[in-house]
Amino acid sequence: MDASSAPAVQVTDLHVRRGSHSVLHGLHLTVPRGIVVGLIGPSGSGKTTVMRAIVGVQVIRSGTVSVLGLPAGSAPLRHRVGYVTQEASVYDDLTVRQNLDYFRAVLGADRADVTRVIDATDLGGAIGQLVGDLSGGQRSRVSLAVALLGSPDLLVLDEPTVGLDPVLRRDLWDLFHRLAAAGTSLLVSSHVMDEAARCDRLLLMRDGAVLADDTPAGLLAATGTTDIEAAFLALIRDGGP
Amino acid sequence: MNLTRTLATAGRVLSQIRHDPRTIVLLLVVPSLLIGLVAWIFSDTPVFDTVGPAMIALFPFIVMFLVTSITTLRERRTGTLERLLSMPLGRGDLILGYTLAFGLLAVLQSSLAVLFAVTVCGLEIAGSVGLLLAVAVADAILGTTLGLLASAFARTEFQVVQFMPLLVFPQVLLGGIFLPRDQLPDVLQAIGDWLPLSHAIDALTAVASGSEDDAYVVGELLIILAWVVGAVLLASLTLRRRTP
Repeated sequence: MDASSAPAVQVTDLHVRRGSHSVLHGLHLTVPRGIVVGLIGPSGSGKTTVMRAIVGVQVIRSGTVSVLGLPAGSAPLRHRVGYVTQEASVYDDLTVRQNLDYFRAVLGADRADVTRVIDATDLGGAIGQLVGDLSGGQRSRVSLAVALLGSPDLLVLDEPTVGLDPVLRRDLWDLFHRLAAAGTSLLVSSHVMDEAARCDRLLLMRDGAVLADDTPAGLLAATGTTDIEAAFLALIRDGGP
Repeated sequence: MNLTRTLATAGRVLSQIRHDPRTIVLLLVVPSLLIGLVAWIFSDTPVFDTVGPAMIALFPFIVMFLVTSITTLRERRTGTLERLLSMPLGRGDLILGYTLAFGLLAVLQSSLAVLFAVTVCGLEIAGSVGLLLAVAVADAILGTTLGLLASAFARTEFQVVQFMPLLVFPQVLLGGIFLPRDQLPDVLQAIGDWLPLSHAIDALTAVASGSEDDAYVVGELLIILAWVVGAVLLASLTLRRRTP
């Protein structure tokens, strides 16, 4: 498959162990380009491990992970994939601007990009503050702002909306959809089922495997349910893996 | 490897430290205070002129080792290292950036320590003070780079702090401060002659006493720098983009 038509992410038969525990045992998943895909599942289902494998920081046992048609973690992808870990991976002892300036320099992105991502994450009022002095929600927005630097083709966001107030959560989901409309592919994990309805497509995960890969509407229709939580329960009841 | 990214990293590390004035003060002042303490202990004896140069090697080396290893470990623990390694930052960019930033602090710290030892504690320097300072700075940078290397093998703060007794104390014990190295058992002398801190102690003692010519001191200085380069290379190579 040539790189320009390849899906954003293609994971085939992925096996990962962490310690003595098998986290992923033969996982398959596809993330199409230009939409928001939700990776939904309870905590401990392996979402973070999948995401780490996609950005190329996870040691894997076997299987293939290709991103934008290239092997995950390969050098050309390091400019093209933005990653937000679950804890805000930013420097507490730097200001918001110093954080963004540093990561911008590492990415070799345009100086003007810092202003753009500050606007996108609504951090204008906190720009001169130390990140360590910010609230949890603000810190995770700084982390998100860093991932937006350089306008990556794929954004891998691990629980980016945890602990945010509802207005801000809605704003961020609007931002995700604007980015997708502009051609960015997004993989967003959440353990909150009601966020699933905001995704274009869902990957329901449980115990290291994908239970379902469908649109929210398709999933509800297939399970004969009215909300994602009930659909999830129906899938488990009906003998998912 | 990329100069912009290396310098950006060094600048970032320095900005972080700038937001922590207490660390700066401790970093700059503690070695001088300890040298002062040693001078005071031996104030009624001629011993300080013999051990004083070794103290200039010892205290900055230990302080820089600790500060660097803990700072880099913190980078690992907070997830920023994982993020950086998913970005186009070379492993060498990160290690060299840290070396430059802490190297600059080492210059300030060692200058202060030398100044304090000579002017306040009355340490006699027969040779060139410039050369003494050069060796002292190289030695503090050596502490930094060994700290960088040690943190690559540590997962927790508990582990990294214990690398100090493991990597630093044997160098202190075998460096010739407690007993001149030529009086050590043969095996220990052979090991001691190899260790980098021994070269720093020898060079500083030689400058202070004027017992050797400048060429000898420069030779020792080059050996210390070779250890610095080796530690930087090894630290870059042991940094893994993928972790379990």
